[in-house]
Amino acid sequence: MKVGVVLFPGSNCEHDVVEAVSRLGGNAEIIWHGERSLGGIDAVVLPGGFAHGDYLRPGAIARFSPVMDAVADFARQGGPVLGICNGFQVLTEAGLLPGALQKNRGLKFLCTTVAVRVESSRSVLTSGVRAGEVLRLPINHFEGNYTCSEEVLSRLRDEDRVVFRYVDNPNGSIDDIAGICSREGNVVGLMPHPERACDELLGSADGAGLLRSLQAVETALAAAPAAAPAEAPA
Amino acid sequence: MIFPVLVEVQLRPGIADPQGSTIERSLPALGFEGVSGVRVGKAIRFTVDAPDEGAARERAAALCQRLLANPVIENAEITIENGNRP
Repeated sequence: MKVGVVLFPGSNCEHDVVEAVSRLGGNAEIIWHGERSLGGIDAVVLPGGFAHGDYLRPGAIARFSPVMDAVADFARQGGPVLGICNGFQVLTEAGLLPGALQKNRGLKFLCTTVAVRVESSRSVLTSGVRAGEVLRLPINHFEGNYTCSEEVLSRLRDEDRVVFRYVDNPNGSIDDIAGICSREGNVVGLMPHPERACDELLGSADGAGLLRSLQAVETALAAAPAAAPAEAPA
Repeated sequence: MIFPVLVEVQLRPGIADPQGSTIERSLPALGFEGVSGVRVGKAIRFTVDAPDEGAARERAAALCQRLLANPVIENAEITIENGNRP
């Protein structure tokens, strides 16, 4: 299992992801955003940080990085794609996940550990975790307030695509949403940082189960690759 | 011809604007009463080289659509400034 971790100028969690994946027995390599191909990897992670300085809007410029075409192709072929925090923002800007992330209600940059409930185990990030389980995960964001149209919200609910909800909503996200997935469940975006919660020494090891799920997915997907069409941002 | 363009990006009506409401709440403390409906947006200026104003507007609209505004949460208003920019 090899995980590609995309490094944009301004990313700052790429090494946390590499470290967490390696400690869970996986292989991770960093992929520069200027690359046009992903090489032979089994999953892609867009890490947290401030890609391209968050100029204009978080993810707005990163979406046009050369590597993003390859990420979109990989997603369309059913490959597991995980966007954490800024990576989630990039995925929404790129239209690989619906909705958008706006400034936190209350205008505070939030840096704390929150309780997050797993709502669905059908995504590549939660296949090994039970729905209903509550995880303690760190958040670290200013623009984590998920929003979308009513129509998109009901689609997300109907199709079981709300993957995580905050137990106590810290940022004003619609319907307490902390993370969502694509229709096929192979593209997942969330604001909390599972890679920073993989060791009790860091306050929580609850993120390990999520990254373990991601690393376990490849064999299943390799057997039956699904086609995941890109989603119009709405 | 070179057309100066002003793009004003605003959060769509109904989308919460925490910056705007924070500014609005701080105004009474400074003695400004009776100010409401504060919304914070962005103004982006650039020039477009195009054969006529319609073409310049079209280019600017395409640019807004692809990059300058996120249609999920923002509206963009385009003004071709016709060289009358102060």
